Amino acid sequence: MDALSIKGLKKRFLKGRKGEVRALWGIGLRVAPGEIYGVLGPNGSGKSTLVRIVATLLLPDAGEVRVFGYDVVREARKVRELIHRVSTEAAFFKKLSPMENLLYGARLYGIPGRIAARRARELFSRLGLPPERVGKPMEQLSRGQQQKVAIARAFLHPPRLLLLDEPTTGLDPRSKREVQELILELREREGTTVFLTTHDMDEADRICDRVAILDEGRIVAQGTPAALKARVSRDGAEATMEEVFFAVTGKEWRDDESTEAV
Amino acid sequence: MRAPRPFRRELIATWGFVARNIHLTKRYWGWELVWFVYSLTSSLAVAYIGLGTERLSGPGVDGNYLTLYLLVGTLVWSYLSQIFYVISEMVAWERWEGTIEYTFMAPSSRLTHLVGTSLFAVVYGVARTLLILAAAALFFDLNLVGADLGAATLWLFVGSISFTGFGILAAVMPLLFPERGVQMTNVVAALLLLISGVYYPVEVLPGWLQFLARVSPATYVIRGMRGAILEGRGLGDAARPLVLLFLGGLAMIVFGTWAFSLAERYAKRTGRLKRSG
Ligand SMILES: Nc1ncnc2c1ncn2[C@@H]1O[C@H](COP(=O)(O)OP(=O)(O)OP(=O)(O)O)[C@@H](O)[C@H]1O
Ligand SMILES: [Mg+2]
Repeated sequence: MDALSIKGLKKRFLKGRKGEVRALWGIGLRVAPGEIYGVLGPNGSGKSTLVRIVATLLLPDAGEVRVFGYDVVREARKVRELIHRVSTEAAFFKKLSPMENLLYGARLYGIPGRIAARRARELFSRLGLPPERVGKPMEQLSRGQQQKVAIARAFLHPPRLLLLDEPTTGLDPRSKREVQELILELREREGTTVFLTTHDMDEADRICDRVAILDEGRIVAQGTPAALKARVSRDGAEATMEEVFFAVTGKEWRDDESTEAV
Repeated sequence: MRAPRPFRRELIATWGFVARNIHLTKRYWGWELVWFVYSLTSSLAVAYIGLGTERLSGPGVDGNYLTLYLLVGTLVWSYLSQIFYVISEMVAWERWEGTIEYTFMAPSSRLTHLVGTSLFAVVYGVARTLLILAAAALFFDLNLVGADLGAATLWLFVGSISFTGFGILAAVMPLLFPERGVQMTNVVAALLLLISGVYYPVEVLPGWLQFLARVSPATYVIRGMRGAILEGRGLGDAARPLVLLFLGGLAMIVFGTWAFSLAERYAKRTGRLKRSG
């Protein structure tokens, strides 16, 4: 059974009186258990919308989305037990401490406070959150520290499908690496399936088994990073993921440059 | 890790909501203090109108009776409106914090979410009102000898249930209208204050407002509380209205929860749960 299977998924939003945005327009993809699957795409291409639909936070207009066989619309409660989503922005009570936020989160998943507090402390120390920060309000933490707390929160109740919407955006290179290592390790140890979005091409290349590139709500390319790179390479020279990205989204920045030069 | 049994999980989650709000209350203690002082002084100010009226109108007015009359009204209102605000603003609050998607993604049921929030609202409201009452007792010579405190407690309990229902129903607004929703719930609260006879018998209102007064649960709670405290009216007299209020409150909780789930679906279909990100 697929960890995630999506067929013919469409989602549009109404904008103002008559305008509408086609956020997703016929998405289909399958993610195998234990796979790390990356979604790339320009701003506004529909990545977050896709993640939200899988996370049962948005209802699709058409198509079918299943998580380990459970339908995200009809069996949302079942799906919620299997997933966890870490969003780009820190979804925390800003005045509460990391510990208080995690206790709240754990209890929502039925984990008693005593057990949650112990696990939280383990996770904080593994992620290198300074101990003196654990009891301080979230708003006093740096962006990277907040993101680490968000990731610790996701691991309190290890999900079978982990949804990460730009998990490393805004992190320094070292923190970025730490988070990436953690994702790889989680897959290694728990067999967790990871579905992540990113703007970082190296990250996609480094940790994703397969990637899809989204543009204006459609998948314009899909495959292993190696296969995609092979597809755009010319004259036998190894292409980078960035070149793949520009090639398939048709937004060749060199184009702009060369027209300027003319 | 094994999934906990469903019922146990919902119990833990209920406590999760209560504990979270206790933590928030502690962390925002400065504001708590401000609101407490504000409620206390406005309750005192209203109650002094009783003594003031006696001074202005002469001995025909029983100032102590009037003071107690007003004090009951203002304290019950402060309690009920507190419940209403905590529940009706739960969506708006989490949207402002940015946690709404996190909470709505959890596997615990929406009923647990509503029950946990309501439970906190009631406990918090009782604690706050008792504190204000204790402080007010220092300012006024409160004579509760003839009062039926048992009946008063029951009125307050049943009133809590109906205001929980009202709050849940009002909490639908911020789900449907991310910007205007909270403004609407505030207008509802203001209207309730006008029509429910908090500071006067509803009979002094114009006919059409008296009609509205009949649909406000606060009207019955406040009237019942006054009967119990000022006239020592026991449960014998109050049984019928109490039962009606109780059933009405339960019906409102059920209806409100249903409306909430519909609104949640609507919000998830139109992308109103959260807009950016
Ligand atoms: N809740 C919403 N209401 C209205 N429009 C929305 C909503 N969410 C997304 N959209 C629109 O849908 C389109 C896709 O947005 P989405 O956030 O999924 O893009 P994204 O790929 O995540 O972009 P970014 O890289 O900037 O995060 C955009 O045009 C956006 O304006
Ligand atoms: Mg996004």
